[in-house]
Amino acid sequence: MITKRIIPCLDVRDGRVVKGVNFEGLRDLSSPVELGKYYSDNGADELVFYDITASHEGRKLFTEILTEVASTIFIPLTVGGGINTLDDFDRVLKCGADKVSVNSGAIRNPSLIGEAAKRYGDQCVVLSVDVKRVNGEFRVFAKGGREDTGMEAIEWIRRCVGDGAGEIVVNSIDTDGVKGGFDLEMLEAVCNAVSVPVIASGGAGCIDHFTTLFNTLPGVDAGLAASIFHFGEVTIPDLKKELKNNGISVRL
Amino acid sequence: MSRIAIIDYGVGNLFSLKSSFAAIGQEAVVTSDVTTLKNASRIILPGVGAFGDAAAKLEGCGMADFLKEEAKTGKPIMGICLGMQMLFDKSFEYGEYEGLGLIPGEIRPIADVIPAGLKIPHIGWNVLHLRGQNPLFKYIKNGDCVYFVHSFYGANCDESVIATAEYGAELTAAVARGNVMGCQFHPEKSGPVGLSILKAFCEL
Repeated sequence: MITKRIIPCLDVRDGRVVKGVNFEGLRDLSSPVELGKYYSDNGADELVFYDITASHEGRKLFTEILTEVASTIFIPLTVGGGINTLDDFDRVLKCGADKVSVNSGAIRNPSLIGEAAKRYGDQCVVLSVDVKRVNGEFRVFAKGGREDTGMEAIEWIRRCVGDGAGEIVVNSIDTDGVKGGFDLEMLEAVCNAVSVPVIASGGAGCIDHFTTLFNTLPGVDAGLAASIFHFGEVTIPDLKKELKNNGISVRL
Repeated sequence: MSRIAIIDYGVGNLFSLKSSFAAIGQEAVVTSDVTTLKNASRIILPGVGAFGDAAAKLEGCGMADFLKEEAKTGKPIMGICLGMQMLFDKSFEYGEYEGLGLIPGEIRPIADVIPAGLKIPHIGWNVLHLRGQNPLFKYIKNGDCVYFVHSFYGANCDESVIATAEYGAELTAAVARGNVMGCQFHPEKSGPVGLSILKAFCEL
């Protein structure tokens, strides 16, 4: 049976990993290449690189680094951040990305997902969506979670899957950074709405949160987190061992 | 040192595949040049996307006939993902298309054999169940995980199956028939296990 995936997410600005990391034995803690290799060697099932650069120079640097990452790491790579056009898809895929994650770009240009899926296949197109509760409904937020689009999230996700999004990353703004656990209610609503893989993001604070996630919601395929892995609060081998002890299928 | 040729017929991204051979100390060239392919000691047939489209491109650049002839020389040839599927007799992916006919069997939708409710594509890391002792797997063990992304699978190919993966049904994970072999999964995305399979391929 297919295993549950554990995915560390690396935010990169101007070619460096932001959000401090805390690992012994790593020479350069903010090198995306070294950190990517560290995770790859230590049980990560996939890596997400998120480009939060605003400048053209920074973007160029990011693609150079991506090329280097992709030639040293042989697990699936997903790349997001600043993906607004098919040319952006092309740019990161040529550097060795396997999947491309779109967020605000899909909100601005509703035909982007459909066109990308047609050209590169559904499996290549990941919809990343930032969701927050507003007046009792799930709302899609844009621009890194700063702007309420007014769109109902489940409907938006359904529509994107209909257009060809092959995988959904659900970032709950409500639980993000709180470290109180994943947003099970929100994730359940998404799992019930679509039949493509769902990746949970936002709220992981300890190993138990992952166990609860996969035990409560068998429809969730993967758990994504950044800081708890970067700060070494949870190591992926420990996490996977514990998941296995709880009867959850993982790649060891 | 063996020289690996990865066939470039305009389908998919070959960057990772080339890099993964470099990682195991093997020189690999991405090419559509017949002379280079003939001089190579091993050939990789990659592929992502739809069968019909890829088969047409392979045929269009003359690679289909070339591969059928080259297979007779005994040179190790490995198809990966859609490349594996193209080795089969035919595919029923959105129509009916002729394959290379190097592996007896056909490509059919996963949806035909797995229970409703399971997600398609079959995507992610799954456990390999090895059958027999194919030299391609000499460095890996039964139960190792590899990375899959596919919605169609190799059917009626029992005599060539060397590994399966369970996803609501027993799906073909790898096939071999003499010097011609294929992996449904992506060895170039399957971490150290995948690299070990490529290493074994280079030593055949």
